[in-house]
Amino acid sequence: MTLKHVTGLLCAAAMSLAFAAGARAEDKVVKIGVIMPMSGGTASIGAHAKAALEVAMDIINNAHPELGNLPLAKNAGLAGLGGARIEAVFADNQGNPATGQNQALRLITEDKVAAVFGSYQSGVTLTSSAIAEKYGIPFLNSESVAANLTERGFKWFFRTTPIATDFAKIYTDFLADMKATGAKTDAIALVHDNTEYGTSVANTISAAFKEKGQPVALDVAYPVNATDLQGQVLQLKDKKPDVIIMISYTSDAILFAKTMQSLDYKPAILLADDAGYSDPSFIKAVGKISQGVFNRSSWVVGPPGSVSAVIADMYKKKSGEEMDDTVARQMQGFFVLADAIDRAGSTDPAKVQATLKATDLKADQLMIGYKGVKFDDKGQNILASGAIIQLQDGENYVSVWPKANAEKPPALPYKGW
Amino acid sequence: MSFVLVQVIVGGLLLGAVYALFSSGLTLVWGMMNIVNFAHGDFVMLGMYVAYVVYTLMGGGPILGAPLATLVLATVGVVVYFALIRDIMKGPMLAQILGTFGLALLLRYSVFWWFGANFLSMPQNIVGGTYGFAGLRIEASRLLAGVVALLVTLGLHLLLTRTSLGSKMLAVAEDQTAAQLMGIRPDAMQAIAWAIAAGATGLAGALIANFFYIVPTVGETLGIVAFVTVSLGGFGSVPGALVAGLLIGVIESLSGYLIGAVYKDIIVYVMFLLFLWFRPQGLMGKT
Repeated sequence: MTLKHVTGLLCAAAMSLAFAAGARAEDKVVKIGVIMPMSGGTASIGAHAKAALEVAMDIINNAHPELGNLPLAKNAGLAGLGGARIEAVFADNQGNPATGQNQALRLITEDKVAAVFGSYQSGVTLTSSAIAEKYGIPFLNSESVAANLTERGFKWFFRTTPIATDFAKIYTDFLADMKATGAKTDAIALVHDNTEYGTSVANTISAAFKEKGQPVALDVAYPVNATDLQGQVLQLKDKKPDVIIMISYTSDAILFAKTMQSLDYKPAILLADDAGYSDPSFIKAVGKISQGVFNRSSWVVGPPGSVSAVIADMYKKKSGEEMDDTVARQMQGFFVLADAIDRAGSTDPAKVQATLKATDLKADQLMIGYKGVKFDDKGQNILASGAIIQLQDGENYVSVWPKANAEKPPALPYKGW
Repeated sequence: MSFVLVQVIVGGLLLGAVYALFSSGLTLVWGMMNIVNFAHGDFVMLGMYVAYVVYTLMGGGPILGAPLATLVLATVGVVVYFALIRDIMKGPMLAQILGTFGLALLLRYSVFWWFGANFLSMPQNIVGGTYGFAGLRIEASRLLAGVVALLVTLGLHLLLTRTSLGSKMLAVAEDQTAAQLMGIRPDAMQAIAWAIAAGATGLAGALIANFFYIVPTVGETLGIVAFVTVSLGGFGSVPGALVAGLLIGVIESLSGYLIGAVYKDIIVYVMFLLFLWFRPQGLMGKT
């Protein structure tokens, strides 16, 4: 027997072993396809999401009785499927809608995932969920806020996050409260990028303010991942709006902060729409020159020992980062999806779709500050909610509105640096 | 209003000078070897990370970071030349494109693996804040970048046209065999060209790092600017890259301010297409 034959036989042996192991593991593993930006301009988001979902899988697949009411935490694995383990199959969307679509196709047709989870950018969620819809596979989105995603008549699309219309209401209410305390909030400027997220959220907010009889005074659009934002900052400096609402991903949020400082421009109120402003690397890079920026969030850490505090600790150990609103919403969404599969007792798409529709989680079964999770006919969570937080010291966000849950009163005007 | 306009133009010029600096490396390699270096934007990125590491490890500002970034990148340039470029130059065009593109991914994801995907930033006042005079506001870090960029780009031009080293490099670019007959070693000249090109790019990165965010994928954003600048300025022309860089900087700022930033790329690329149509060799390129 030549060496070639020996290697050939060894390879065959190894392969048959691998197949056997694969077959044994397969009946106890539920695969969920996860589409995230693992590379490209928003890769930091993907890296954080991966760490968060790994923590979520740890909680689901192992026994964590310390997490109280959180579904699936108490015992190891999915009880409804005989203790099956959840396994996320990560796919990189590169922040690109076309790539996201291809990845959804690959996950569904080749990896045979039970459900798809993702895809951060609204523009990517738009395309990747269309594939899941075509193949009749449940798609759960936990963080894309463009309102139109749930307006497409999709049957397999479910979304746990509060969306642009919810935030628009939060912003109008918050600014009305600020006005009542004497702040000037008459002229509002919207600053947003030209992605699906930027334009659709800007339109929704703009419509909400118009309805309140206070049309937006200035709309500043810019191309995403800009190389230079001096023109836009000077435009704002020239028009002097009282309030600026920023709808930006991390890269542009950082460049805006730097450019505003170099051109010495501060609005009275700077209100950010999550996204880049919730990225921990934004705070590390330019938090010190963005003191007093308001942001929206559904994530509030409870006292030590509470579910949110324990999870925040686990996440910090895994990733080295503080938990932020985006990863918290992603983790919560993943739990909702896993819980639905557990209750379905099967990975049959129609059964999972049915249990997702029947989802009715109460506030005390969640790790995040929603009032609960319950989907309407369009697949939108009607109990999602959020609050306003402020980066008062340039290092940590504190909740400032609504008053009932506020740690500190809002500080005005915007301090900057 | 007019003040703002002046501010916009000054900002555009300073930005344009930096565009010119990091494009001059690309144009040099292109002009000398007919190689399109798709890893160029990632050389800028490496320069930014060198400056960042110098700052975090030694607390040094651009006085230490910029020369070090130049040195490190010049070394990278030489290594890349001998390990990759020298071989793929003999191959078909496709091999060159894929080779440098692969290099870009290798660099980008090595940094990604080592530093993570998080956005980093230099401290705001490392170069000394912002100057205001006559209502204008000029950031020291941008001024430094702009001035150094102008000087280095001019220096590169002088090196190529006024020194014997420059003549030798141009001779190799013109006709390798003839240059060899005159006793010039093409390998050495081309390695030097790569060292200079990559060094200038590293310097640009270190200077940009003072007012831009630092992230492994930043080369994608900046690389495109370099390609447009070089094509507009003329392949292989350093003064062309300078004029084109300044022009693009000002056009970007002006159109961003006057008609909205979303449309500024349209202006730049329409101009770019017009140039390709009427003057395919670029502003200062030779036919």
